[in-house]
Amino acid sequence: MLAPRLALGALAALVALVVSGCAANEIGREVLPGSLIGTLDGAGSSAQSAAQEVWIATIQNANGGLTINYEPSGSGAGREAFLAGGVDFAGSDSALSSDELDGDFGSCVEGTTGIDLPLYISPLAIIFNVSGVDRLQLDAETTARIFRGDITRWNDAAIEALNPDARLPAATITAVHRSDTSGTTKNFTDYLAQAAPDAWGAEAADSWPFGGESAQGNSGVVNAVTNGLNTIGYADASRAGDLGIAALKVGDEFVDFTPEAAAAVVAVSPLEEGRAEGDLALDIDRTTTEPGTYPLVLVSYVIACQQYRDPEIAALVRGYLEFVASDEGQAVSAEFAGSAPISDDLAARVLAAIASIR
Amino acid sequence: MTGATTPTVSDAASGRSSIQARLGDVIFRRLALGAGVTILVALAAVAIFLVAQSLPALIADPADLRGEPESFWHYVAPLAFGTVWAAAIALVIAIPIAIGIALFISHYAPRRLAQPLGYIIDLLAAVPSVVYGLWGITVLAPAAVPFYQWLTENMGWFPLFAPPASGTGRTVLTVAVVLAVMVLPIITALCREVFVQTPVLHEEAAYALGATRWEMIRITVFPYARSGIVSASMLGLGRALGETMAVAMVLSPSAIISLAILTPENPSTIAANIALNFPESAGLQVNALIATGLILFIITLVVNSIARAVVHRHERSLESR
Repeated sequence: MLAPRLALGALAALVALVVSGCAANEIGREVLPGSLIGTLDGAGSSAQSAAQEVWIATIQNANGGLTINYEPSGSGAGREAFLAGGVDFAGSDSALSSDELDGDFGSCVEGTTGIDLPLYISPLAIIFNVSGVDRLQLDAETTARIFRGDITRWNDAAIEALNPDARLPAATITAVHRSDTSGTTKNFTDYLAQAAPDAWGAEAADSWPFGGESAQGNSGVVNAVTNGLNTIGYADASRAGDLGIAALKVGDEFVDFTPEAAAAVVAVSPLEEGRAEGDLALDIDRTTTEPGTYPLVLVSYVIACQQYRDPEIAALVRGYLEFVASDEGQAVSAEFAGSAPISDDLAARVLAAIASIR
Repeated sequence: MTGATTPTVSDAASGRSSIQARLGDVIFRRLALGAGVTILVALAAVAIFLVAQSLPALIADPADLRGEPESFWHYVAPLAFGTVWAAAIALVIAIPIAIGIALFISHYAPRRLAQPLGYIIDLLAAVPSVVYGLWGITVLAPAAVPFYQWLTENMGWFPLFAPPASGTGRTVLTVAVVLAVMVLPIITALCREVFVQTPVLHEEAAYALGATRWEMIRITVFPYARSGIVSASMLGLGRALGETMAVAMVLSPSAIISLAILTPENPSTIAANIALNFPESAGLQVNALIATGLILFIITLVVNSIARAVVHRHERSLESR
């Protein structure tokens, strides 16, 4: 008599648990049926992960039958998984290389390649923590010499010339870079290599080409700059917190970081030449003198097939990316991930490329 | 009647139980053999995987590797040095403290204090390494900056304390202190076990000869425990060599070989370098990272063999005495 009763009780408890579990999942969400049904898998750039999360959450709420998974395993790992056909789309801080374009794409129809879609613009900030200095103005050459270790004191003549009003201490500069390989470093060094080639003397690279102080990840650099003495570093602008952000010299004026100024430099940058139709790899013009542009940005791509083997997957990818490129999609990532929305002109080109996905 | 039946029953019973015992023996022997073989197969599988995945990087054009070193060996040398260097400093810090704690627990502390202290030390071993890493970057490194500056300014002539001092405190010395705290519980627990096992007769004989407590420890406990201390230290070294997360979080690495332990540029460790660079690597760069893993595998193997040899020789000399 006892055993069945116990079993019944356990069953009731289990049912209660399952039901309440469902309910807890749906609190505060309005799940609409939507037209997209199925599962998409993506992997890649960890810089995009916060944006991907909010994009996925928003589109899944609008489409009850849609599941999208994104694993922020890193750009290299994401591209590799996409080439092997393990994921349906990849997030990557750099566009597909010519070697990769010549190879096979596991999920795409034979003979077709993947396309790069610039959907995530993240402004980078030069952050500093110097006692008594609230505003810092830098040009590319001085920045390059600081991060190379050529300028070692804050009251160096080169820095003082750019900051006539600031009271710079006679302290040693501690310049902090990323100790891990990252797209942030690649875009930062690309800026220095393009805008100050002589002072920097190295090419763009995703791992730091010189010595100096370093820390792991955006949060590690922010932590080191915050806790260190007279420090300067670079990180995603969304992570800068209360730290000071240096204004960059563009043309004849100093531009403070704003998302609009960051989007503006992408808008004036040309596409990389020799790419297939729909492959929108950008050649960021960091030497631009256009007023109101902030050249220190990271552009991260979503890589998809031009032609998928499975037309249903193609429809899902199209639906998802159309949302990501829309005003709404760019607005939610700007709000929650601190990205800069892509310009209307670029959005139109990206949407045309997305519409061609088959 | 009963006298006749009883022996047969007991015979049958004993016969059955001996068959059972034999069957149990066979099963247990097979299981034990299987377990023993499993570990060998696992080790061989790891070695084969490492070698197979490393080969492309070893024979490739070094210009394709990250940082474009002259050869793969130029790439791995600073990492191998940093791995051994950080672990060695950590042991230099940890071993004396661990022996001190173990001695206090085994020979000095009153029993009521010794037991809880032992538990607390064991508890340290259960703290995950990320937590030590967080402690290292948020507490230890910033707090150490003024001390490091003072050392480089006043004792900079000493090669270890050569300037410039780090402005963030993320140096090899900071990493070594974090590692030392991490290996402390392992070394302490093992040393305590060995110290406690010193034969009471030896200790009393030492007292009878008029030895003080310190002299008793020196002439009975230490000689008896020497091989135990060595093996405990080697287990600690193993953990320090392979520690990844805490080093990756705390260290400010560069591709250099340097003895200075307070500067902004420090040799990185193999494990931390893999953790920092693997996510954004592709193709040959992954092979190169796995090849450094193979080097770490070899280093740990060599270190452990040396430790075994030391312990073994000491045990022999104890027996022959």
